[in-house]
Amino acid sequence: MSDLLTDNVIFRNVYAFVVSGLGAEWAWLAWLTAGFVLVMLVVNAVMALATGYTWAERRLLGRLTNRLGPNRAGPSGTLQPLADAIKLLTKEDIVPAAGDRLIFNVAPVLMLASVLLAAAVIPFGAGAFVTDLNVGILYLAAVSSLASIAVLMAGFSSANKFSTFGSMRAVAVLVSYEIPLVMALLGITVLAGTMSLVGVVEGQHAPYLLVAPLGAFVFVTAISAELNRTPFDVTEGESEIVAGYLTEYSGMKFGVFYLAEFAALVVAGGVFAALFLQGWRWDVLPSYLWFIIKVGGFAIAATWIRATLPRLRPDQILAFAWKFLFPVSMVNVAALSVQRLWLGGADGALTSSDLWLMAAINWPLALVAVAVMGRIARVRERPVRIAAAGAR
Amino acid sequence: MLGFGMAKGFRVTLRNFLRKPFTTQYPEERLPQHPRFRGQEFTWYEERCTGCASCAKYCPLGIIRIVTGPDGGNEQEGGSYSIDVFDIDQARCMYCGLCVEACPYDALHMGTNFEAAQERREDLVITVDDLRAREKRPSAWFRPQLAKEQFDPYAENADWKRVGREPYFWHPNRPEWQPEEQAQQASADGDYEG
Repeated sequence: MSDLLTDNVIFRNVYAFVVSGLGAEWAWLAWLTAGFVLVMLVVNAVMALATGYTWAERRLLGRLTNRLGPNRAGPSGTLQPLADAIKLLTKEDIVPAAGDRLIFNVAPVLMLASVLLAAAVIPFGAGAFVTDLNVGILYLAAVSSLASIAVLMAGFSSANKFSTFGSMRAVAVLVSYEIPLVMALLGITVLAGTMSLVGVVEGQHAPYLLVAPLGAFVFVTAISAELNRTPFDVTEGESEIVAGYLTEYSGMKFGVFYLAEFAALVVAGGVFAALFLQGWRWDVLPSYLWFIIKVGGFAIAATWIRATLPRLRPDQILAFAWKFLFPVSMVNVAALSVQRLWLGGADGALTSSDLWLMAAINWPLALVAVAVMGRIARVRERPVRIAAAGAR
Repeated sequence: MLGFGMAKGFRVTLRNFLRKPFTTQYPEERLPQHPRFRGQEFTWYEERCTGCASCAKYCPLGIIRIVTGPDGGNEQEGGSYSIDVFDIDQARCMYCGLCVEACPYDALHMGTNFEAAQERREDLVITVDDLRAREKRPSAWFRPQLAKEQFDPYAENADWKRVGREPYFWHPNRPEWQPEEQAQQASADGDYEG
């Protein structure tokens, strides 16, 4: 186990500090302390970012829709998350009488756990990560699937039709979009030649956003479906099914779901930054600051998308996933594989100039692929001929 | 072109972002109100009221309760009843203003306030003491004489001599006798276009 952690700066320093204070026979305690410090740090950092993001998104969403957003609690409303937490904590905790109490209570925890587990492999800065898994990307795909189980548990245990509808929709959407998402991740694996996120960041001499625009497009689209965000938020379509699987939740259990959704967006931003934006790599500023800036940029883009695009119908969403996004992601993987075989050196590594050449090829390819597949996948709904129907 | 509609949508939200927000920060900032705003909190002039209870009779909901006594301390001509109880149940009032239209002596006016929220239903009943103690800021609704002189209830109070349809030449505390005013009174059958 310690192999996974020895590369970590924080872990190493805390471990060395405790061992130097207590002696080598207390190594187990040092190991435990260092692990706890690291986990506390990462979990709290993710939670703090997510809490801050709830405020930032609401303010930004307000401005994008010509409003102000929360601005009463604290200076420009910065204490609004705190006010929300106090409100949610003091609310009555209701479990439906016909519901499954155990599953109902476990669902929010599982939802949050899937998000926090995903944060374990994200490199936050140069040498700052919880663990450098050599199957990091596979781990991300596996852990993010936990969320769909949590949603299904929440919907099923509520004993409510709206909740069941919401969770069924959620599972349909999540299962459909998992495939393009994994294909986009596969494209990155082909490019980087590794599944470790730290390895991907270190091997990323040019931003993969430029090298594989199609992959980035598929990733952003699929991740916003996975996170139930606006163009794909049929799971919680307020105008149709109250709040979907959240209908019966109140108090802090609802708060945990809410927080998990925002934390998931922050973590998704981290993954996007690591996979497509060179992670923490850049000049001048410290690495962790660059990471936060990139995550912030992703969050702002996500908020803009949420403010702009209307909700699609469930059948449109599934058609989009299977008829458009899936073929496009196949084109992406095929193109990247061919280019890697063609350009890769003896060990398969791609240099910076190779990557720029690939970018020059892939941008026109992306535009052509999107245009062609969009034309093929377009649903033509013909109006019913009323005169013909009336003639009998 | 594929995706062009989406790009237009993004442009709309971006333009909203760059625009000044539409929001009015209510308790600190207020939108201007019209003088004829038909608000809550009636304005009542005891000096003008005879206790005829027309308002109570015309109220479609029957929420005005008036109890009068014979020993009217009222200063108006002929003496009048004293108003012992004048309860208006605001919780059920729909602010139709029929009571104000019915008042023959222009003693009852709509108010201009709209912040009448209370924590208990009983507190929503306006009593005669409330009406006496209130600031006299009558709405110009159905009172063309106020509208004509551009009375602004948000700027000033109006005392009982000012709000009537006609000059009170018969009153003991009347202003100096003005023959023109009598002529005015003859033709003052109401300019109710407001």
